[in-house]
Amino acid sequence: MSWLSILALALQTAIGFQGASYALAAAGLNLHFGYTGLSNFGHVGFLLVGAYGMAISADQGWSIWVGFGVGIAASVVLGLLLGIPTLRLRGDYLAIVTIASAEILRLVANARPSEPLTGGSRGIGSLTSRLGFFDPSFIPEGTYGVGKSFVFTDRQLWAMLVCWGLVLVVTLLLRGLVRSPWGRVLRAIREDEDAARALGKNVVVFKLQSFVLGGAIGALAGALIVLNAGSVSPTRWIAPFTFALYTVVILGGAGTVWGPIVGAVVYWFVLDLADGVLNNLWFDVSDTSAGAIRLAIMGVGLMALMVFRPQGILGSKKEMLASGR
Amino acid sequence: MAAELRTDAMAALDLVEATVGVAKPDSILVADDVTRRYGGLTAVEVDHLEVPRGVITALIGPNGAGKTTFFNLLCGFDRADTGSWSFDGQRADGAKAHVLAQRGMVRTFQLTKTLGRMTVLDNMLLAGRPQGGEHLLRALWRGSWRQQEADHVTKAYDLLARFKLDKLTDEYAAGLSGGQRKLLEMARALMTDPSLVMLDEPMAGVNPALTQSLLGHVTALRDEGMSILFVEHDMDVIMTISDWVVCMAGGRIIAEGRPADIAGNAAVIEAYLGIDHGASTTGTIS
Repeated sequence: MSWLSILALALQTAIGFQGASYALAAAGLNLHFGYTGLSNFGHVGFLLVGAYGMAISADQGWSIWVGFGVGIAASVVLGLLLGIPTLRLRGDYLAIVTIASAEILRLVANARPSEPLTGGSRGIGSLTSRLGFFDPSFIPEGTYGVGKSFVFTDRQLWAMLVCWGLVLVVTLLLRGLVRSPWGRVLRAIREDEDAARALGKNVVVFKLQSFVLGGAIGALAGALIVLNAGSVSPTRWIAPFTFALYTVVILGGAGTVWGPIVGAVVYWFVLDLADGVLNNLWFDVSDTSAGAIRLAIMGVGLMALMVFRPQGILGSKKEMLASGR
Repeated sequence: MAAELRTDAMAALDLVEATVGVAKPDSILVADDVTRRYGGLTAVEVDHLEVPRGVITALIGPNGAGKTTFFNLLCGFDRADTGSWSFDGQRADGAKAHVLAQRGMVRTFQLTKTLGRMTVLDNMLLAGRPQGGEHLLRALWRGSWRQQEADHVTKAYDLLARFKLDKLTDEYAAGLSGGQRKLLEMARALMTDPSLVMLDEPMAGVNPALTQSLLGHVTALRDEGMSILFVEHDMDVIMTISDWVVCMAGGRIIAEGRPADIAGNAAVIEAYLGIDHGASTTGTIS
C-alpha cells in the first residue's frame, strides 16, 4: 500500500461518518466541559440511551422519528435524574456519578434479564432494513471519490452527509446559545459559581439546562451511530469512549464553537494514520498491538499539545493564560 | 474637607442609643435569634440586629468573631441553624442567595471573585438585569434581548468610567491587577442596582492609595441612597467612613454605636486586645 493511500484512508475516516459522529457527541460534551465547567465523565451514557432508544424502537417496528424521540426523551430523563441531585454539590460528585451511571447503564443493557428489550450481550442486530435509514438516499448507487483509496460508497456518503449536516445544525444552534446572555451565565458558572450566584443567577437551573441539552446532543449522536451501523451492542459504550470524546474536545479547543469538529477530524486522522503506518512497516505489528500503539501515539500527541498548545487547536492562548491566574 | 454631606438617614441615627439590639428609625435588614453551630462550636449567636437604611454600617470584631459567618448567613451563602431575618420588610431567612441578590442584596467577596476568562465588559454585562436573553428559549432569538443588552452596555461603560476601568473593557479580568479586580467587583455589584451592598473585607490586601479610592466609592454609594454593610478589620477605615458600627466577638454582638461610641467602648477594646483594662466589661457605654 502506498503512503498516499494510507493518507487517503485516514482522511476518509476523519471526514467520514466516524469523524462526524464524534464531532456531534463531542459538541454536547463541549457544552458541559468547555462552556459550563461540568466534569461529565459519563457522556457515553447519553450516547448509549440515544442508541438503544433508536434500536429498541426499530426493533418494535417504529419509525426513525420515534426512535430519535425515544432516545432523546430518555437522555433528558437521564440528565435530570443525574443532574438534580448532583449539580447542587461540588463538581467532583458529578464526575463520580456520571462515570458510574454510564457503566451501570451499559451493564444493565448487557445483562441477561434485559435480553427481551436490549438483546443482552448480543445486542440488537440487522436493523438496517427496518430502520430504512438508507432508503431515502438521493445518492445513486455507486462509489464516489478520487483515485482508488479515497472512495465512499453511496451509503457511506449518505450517512456522512446526514451526520455532518446535523453537526452543522447543532453547532450553529450552540454558537447562538453560547454567544447569548445565557451562554455568558454558563461561562460565569465555569469561572466561579459563587460569583454568579451572588449576582442573582440560579446556578443549579443553568447547570441543569446545560447538562440536559449537552446530554441530548450526545443521545442524538448515539442514535445516528445506530442508524449507520444498523445494530447496537453493549460493548461499544465503554468509559474509554468518553475519554476519546474528551480528547476530541481538548484537541479542538475546549470552550470553542468549532473545536469539536476540528478535534474529531484531527483525532480520527491521527488515529487512522497511525493504524495505516503500523500496518505497513517492514516488520509485522499484530492488530492488537497496533490498536494499543495508535492510542499511545494519540496520548503522546495529546501530551505534546498540552505542553505546546494547551488551549487546543482553536482555543485562544490569551484566554488559556487567563485561567492560570 | 468639603462640607460633609449629611443625609437624613445619617441625621436620624444621631438620636439612636448605642446599645446592643437597639431599634433604628428605618432598618433595611432586621435579624432575630440567628445562630450557626459547627458541631459543638457556636460560631454565631445574634439575638437582635437592625441594619439601618441609607448609611454605612461596619461589622467589626477580632479574628474568629463570627463576622464573616454571620455575613454569609444573611446573604444566603450559608444556612443558619435558627433565626429569622427580613430584608426590606420581606422575609429573607431560608431564601437562596441568588433570590436575595435579585431582591437587591448584592455581595462581594473577601477573595475577589472576578471571572478570569471573561472580559471586563462581560463581567459587567453578566450582572445587568433584567436580561431576557438568559432564558434558554429566548437566547436564540437575538431580537428579544438586543435592546436590553445595549442598555446594559451603556450602563456598564458609565460604571467602568467611574471606577477608571473603561480603558480595560476588552481585557480578560484575570489580566487585571489585584486592585483593579476589587474595583471591577464593586462596579459589577452596582450593575444589579442593589439597595443593600454587602462588602466582605473590601480593603483586605489593598494598598493605601487604593484604600482611599475604595473608601470614596463606598461613601458615594451611600450618598446615592444605597445601604452598605461591610465587614472590616482596619480600625482606621471603620472610623473614617462608617455611620454605625456593630462589633462582634465570640459569635455575639458585644457593642453597637456610632464610631465615637465604639472607640471608647471597653468591651470592644477588650475583645480586640484581650486585656481587661479594669473597666466594666458588661456590654456598652452609652
